[in-house]
Amino acid sequence: MARIDLVDLAHSYGGNDAPQESFALKPVTMTWRQGGAYALLGPSGCGKTTLLNVISGIITPSRGKILFDGKDITPLSTQKRNIAQVFQFPVIYDTMTVGQNLAFPLKNRGVPKAEIDKRVAEIGRLLDLEPYLNRKATRLTADAKQKISLGRGLVRSDVAAVLFDEPLTVIDPELKWQLRSKLKALHRELDLTMIYVTHDQTEALTFADTVVVMHDGRVVQSGTPAELFDKPAHTFVGYFIGSPGMNILPAEVRGREARIDGHAITLNRSYDNLPDGAKIEIGVRPEFVEVVTSAPGLLSAKIERIDDLGRIRFARTRLGDVKLAARAPAGFTSSDGTAGLKFDPSHIHVYADSLLVEGAA
Amino acid sequence: MDKTVNQKAWFLVLPVFLVVAFSAVLPLMTVVNYSMQDTFGNNQFFWNGVGWFKELLDPSTDLGGRFLASLGRNLFFSLVILAIEVPLGIVVALSMPRHGWTVAACLVILALPLLIPWNVVGTIWQIFGRPDIGLLGYTLNAMGIDYNYVSNAVDAWVTVIAMDVWHWTSLVALLCYAGLKSIPEAYYQAAQIDGASRWAVFKAIQLPKMNRVLLIAVLLRFMDSFMIYTEPFVVTGGGPGNSTTFVSIELVKIALGQFDLGKAAALSLVYNLIILIVCWIFYTVMTNAGVERKAQAEEEPAAERKPAGVLQPAMALKAKEGVA
Repeated sequence: MARIDLVDLAHSYGGNDAPQESFALKPVTMTWRQGGAYALLGPSGCGKTTLLNVISGIITPSRGKILFDGKDITPLSTQKRNIAQVFQFPVIYDTMTVGQNLAFPLKNRGVPKAEIDKRVAEIGRLLDLEPYLNRKATRLTADAKQKISLGRGLVRSDVAAVLFDEPLTVIDPELKWQLRSKLKALHRELDLTMIYVTHDQTEALTFADTVVVMHDGRVVQSGTPAELFDKPAHTFVGYFIGSPGMNILPAEVRGREARIDGHAITLNRSYDNLPDGAKIEIGVRPEFVEVVTSAPGLLSAKIERIDDLGRIRFARTRLGDVKLAARAPAGFTSSDGTAGLKFDPSHIHVYADSLLVEGAA
Repeated sequence: MDKTVNQKAWFLVLPVFLVVAFSAVLPLMTVVNYSMQDTFGNNQFFWNGVGWFKELLDPSTDLGGRFLASLGRNLFFSLVILAIEVPLGIVVALSMPRHGWTVAACLVILALPLLIPWNVVGTIWQIFGRPDIGLLGYTLNAMGIDYNYVSNAVDAWVTVIAMDVWHWTSLVALLCYAGLKSIPEAYYQAAQIDGASRWAVFKAIQLPKMNRVLLIAVLLRFMDSFMIYTEPFVVTGGGPGNSTTFVSIELVKIALGQFDLGKAAALSLVYNLIILIVCWIFYTVMTNAGVERKAQAEEEPAAERKPAGVLQPAMALKAKEGVA
């Protein structure tokens, strides 16, 4: 159990002299607090697994330090690091029984037999593996195998953190849901720091109390699911989180007004000192734009189609070259294929070069 | 599922029948024929029934004594080289590099002994071991060790075994290396996370993952060493005395040296039978291992739906293994 600090940490598979743009993990400084449930979210190839492997010690970082409770452990090997990790594909020692599999990490560390038996029984109970404990760990279903892998990750009570590298990829959707709830329950019960890597936003948002979003080797935002939804710090976060993602529209912003195609939209805050020459965009989630019957004074968009998600309907529209999704209220129809757009000013964000700009009240 | 009746199709099978008949069945039947008769030359044969076989399996007769002694030597030889080559092959495979140009270099060096013809291997070692001009023999004698494979039975055995180890350990090593390469990186990473020692990694991951290639290696090496002829014949000629005379060497002595066709035929039939039985045992063991794997794949969907019900009997069966 520990607080984990990353100090100016970076990694390049091409060596330290490679240009920084090519780094798999660009310099990052952040803190993972003890007992937190974190999700590391991002598309494939964004550096999530690299960051995880650096923390567990499978990869030695090119630069920077990792501190566990303030102690520098960067040069320590994985074995000495006191960390647990569960991999994407189940790893089973198939000459052993399920119980011996669970006991393996403890046995290797010379934990007394009585203590091992107690822990194995407890983890077996928590993961519903009790009836299997004395069985050979072959001939098991994929989810049972992955449960054993999870169990080996959770069995040590003294670990600094448990890292999960997309552990539910091989599991059927329904069991996936059950196992994820199980993990969440285990997190509450065992009081362990958990870091969960995934590219699935639902998985991240349901599991974690803090979601860390990565993009192109960089940590772009870390916050609660609500923060990520309401106030994306980067256009990528806005686009990646939420379904459909946030609408990003190029605009001219001056003071309390954003102009799109010469049409003015009122903003809640004032943006007077935007950097010169930066690419200015506004971002607004589809939930906070409404299509209404075209009327003078409203921005007009072409409707391409309307997606009915059951609970809610989204209109897919087009503004010149830019695509925009918006909420379609019940009963809305358009006779001529166009509609007016009504924005909720309190949920419009302004981005300069993809980064969120805080306006003045 | 309508089957066309066309008896002419038999003609397509006919060539195979003829080839097999002339290459295998007829020669074998000739041997069976010889094994039942005695001859004193001049193409005159006398019926002897199972007499040769009785003699062959009776250690008190000359033929039986020679056969059983050479069979014993052969089994001992196979056991010794398996006991050396399998562990040594595993060690070599484990210490081979996994990445980079050194992999190719190691593979080429390991493959070299396998590419040398058997009689050349014999000749190499025959000269290598000679006390007067051979590097090994001369060096050993110069160091004060009395080494002479021509006159000393122990030295002859050591030479033949060393030669076989030199010749064939590569095969075991290459097979093991292939087995090791097929282990996903995640297993090693997981073992690191689990804090496994080098020995624990070997026992829990590498050895179990290698067991199938090891089975093949043991099979191949047993078969090859059980019918070994060329190399010991070239190096020691079966001597000194009869100390390195293996079954095949004995067979050639009886068949071509003494021209005792009846005895030789009986011996080769029994020899053949032993090899068939051993093959069958290995084949059964290997296919059973395969069946187990298949059953496991089929059981998975069933177990998924109703884990408890399906697994209970399996647990009862597996209980003993679990303890072990």
